[in-house]
Amino acid sequence: MAESTVGALPTAVATDPHGPRGARPRPVFSRRNIFLYGTLLLVAVYYALPLYVMVVTSLKGMPEIRLGNIFSPPVEVTFQPWVKAWSEACTGLNCDGLQRGFWNSVIITVPSVVISIAIASVNGYALANWRFKGANVFFTILIFGAFIPYQVLLYPMVILLRELGLYGSLWGLVLVHTIFGMPILTLLFRNYFSSIPEELFKAARVDGAGFWGIFLQIMVPMSLPIFVVAMILQITGIWNDFLFGVIYTKPANYPMTVQLNNIVNSVQGVKEYNVNMAATILTGLVPLIVYFASGKLFVRGIAAGAVKG
Amino acid sequence: MILTAVVIFAGGTLWTIFYSFTGSRMLPKENFVGLAQYERLWGSNKWLIAIENLAIFGVCSLIFSLVIGFVLAALLDQKIRFEDVFRTIFLYPFALSFIVTGLVWQWILNPQYGIEGVVRALGWTSFTFDPLYDADIVIIGLLIAGLWQGTGFVMCLMLAGLRGIDDDIWKAARIDGIPMWKTYLLVVIPMMRPVFITTLVIIAAGIIKVYDLVVALTSGGPGIASQVPAMYVYTNMFQAQNLGQGLAASTMMLLSVLIVLIPWAYLEFGGRKHG
Repeated sequence: MAESTVGALPTAVATDPHGPRGARPRPVFSRRNIFLYGTLLLVAVYYALPLYVMVVTSLKGMPEIRLGNIFSPPVEVTFQPWVKAWSEACTGLNCDGLQRGFWNSVIITVPSVVISIAIASVNGYALANWRFKGANVFFTILIFGAFIPYQVLLYPMVILLRELGLYGSLWGLVLVHTIFGMPILTLLFRNYFSSIPEELFKAARVDGAGFWGIFLQIMVPMSLPIFVVAMILQITGIWNDFLFGVIYTKPANYPMTVQLNNIVNSVQGVKEYNVNMAATILTGLVPLIVYFASGKLFVRGIAAGAVKG
Repeated sequence: MILTAVVIFAGGTLWTIFYSFTGSRMLPKENFVGLAQYERLWGSNKWLIAIENLAIFGVCSLIFSLVIGFVLAALLDQKIRFEDVFRTIFLYPFALSFIVTGLVWQWILNPQYGIEGVVRALGWTSFTFDPLYDADIVIIGLLIAGLWQGTGFVMCLMLAGLRGIDDDIWKAARIDGIPMWKTYLLVVIPMMRPVFITTLVIIAAGIIKVYDLVVALTSGGPGIASQVPAMYVYTNMFQAQNLGQGLAASTMMLLSVLIVLIPWAYLEFGGRKHG
């Protein structure tokens, strides 16, 4: 396909030797531009609206919410809902707010990210550069593991955690995240390490470097971007997890997402929409900060994690 | 390392399939009942609704997210200004969890204070749009929220695909006088087939697992109108003490993922070995 169209180029140009060259200059307010930017702006408004509504609602008092419209900016700005969401909102009998869930999520996320990336990078390196027996079987299982619905493994994991005495604890959840993060991360690292020229690896072997020597002195320093990408993937993924949190921990150890859902969707009491929205923003804040801070790397992360996975 | 992967992923899956043929209730037991769990599953009204919801939600979100994602990517690919700004806005929902997504849209779609209330306050008093409380259109509510969260991601994959298209193709099409929409439809999209297939597989595998979004947005309601298979599995396994039934349902989910996955894996990896 590509060849035939490229082949057609010279003849087409030859028929029109004195015509204008390059793209035709376009006026700024052409019909095309108005349509293009109009559509994009409209869509952007749709995408930005929920964030705007969240922020606006969280800064209003309840009387104003009952009277006004959810899109109007607050008349009297109040930070009381934020304070309440963070330190006073109730889930069941606990009334110490979302802060408990926040710290639980931190305690879960940090070790899960570090451990899963450490193991997966070594796995990926071994798969990419060292041919060992059963590498193909391992690879197939990884692909399978990356796509399998977690529901199939929910109960076997319960048994595993129970046997290890970790069921309900934060460390149990760390283990679960490490295991479930393994397939996609290993594939990510494998693909990246495979793209590093093999000559480097061979040269290092000739110089007498071993498995760990090559990994720590050559591979890791050369692949810092992919480590950042993996971190972005894992931090947002683990922070946003709900299913594992609800199944493998007990209420005192619930991560932030689970606690948030319990606060907002509880049936008791009067609904305080401003507190709910403040709590929702607080929960979304960590991944949002990661997203806005990482910029292009985030895009690369999801593209690499997805397309090649 | 290999052993752990084999034991956990392969062993766990086999364990689940094995015990789905038993009558386990609270704890796993080896009292075989043959296909009874599956018969019960497919006779259950709740499961049938869950499957129907998943099918409608799945087909609609596949079509919409692919079409919208591609159109947005094509618009962004016109060498426009502020491309980064637009892309940042389109993609940020993808960084948020389904729980946050669900709760925000629950608030926006709130019939009293949300869109319905606002439109009525403007004077159109008979306006009705309350998908979260109307069993017939609750899927629309799920779609609005789900598409808001995921379309930016599809757009990014598509944009990466479009950027991979050789500039010469565009030049050739322009010289031959082919209109732009026709070039997209007849040349670019066929060239991007691998990107489309991969995206399709990723979205489909994600849709089958959809759970958090429904929990946050509707909790499966009104009634059981927005049940999904993942919810059925969870309820039976951990709340109704109906383990065998939950395992059978999760095996069906596995089967559906495999139906999507195996042809793709064959295309993607099988071809490479021979080629």
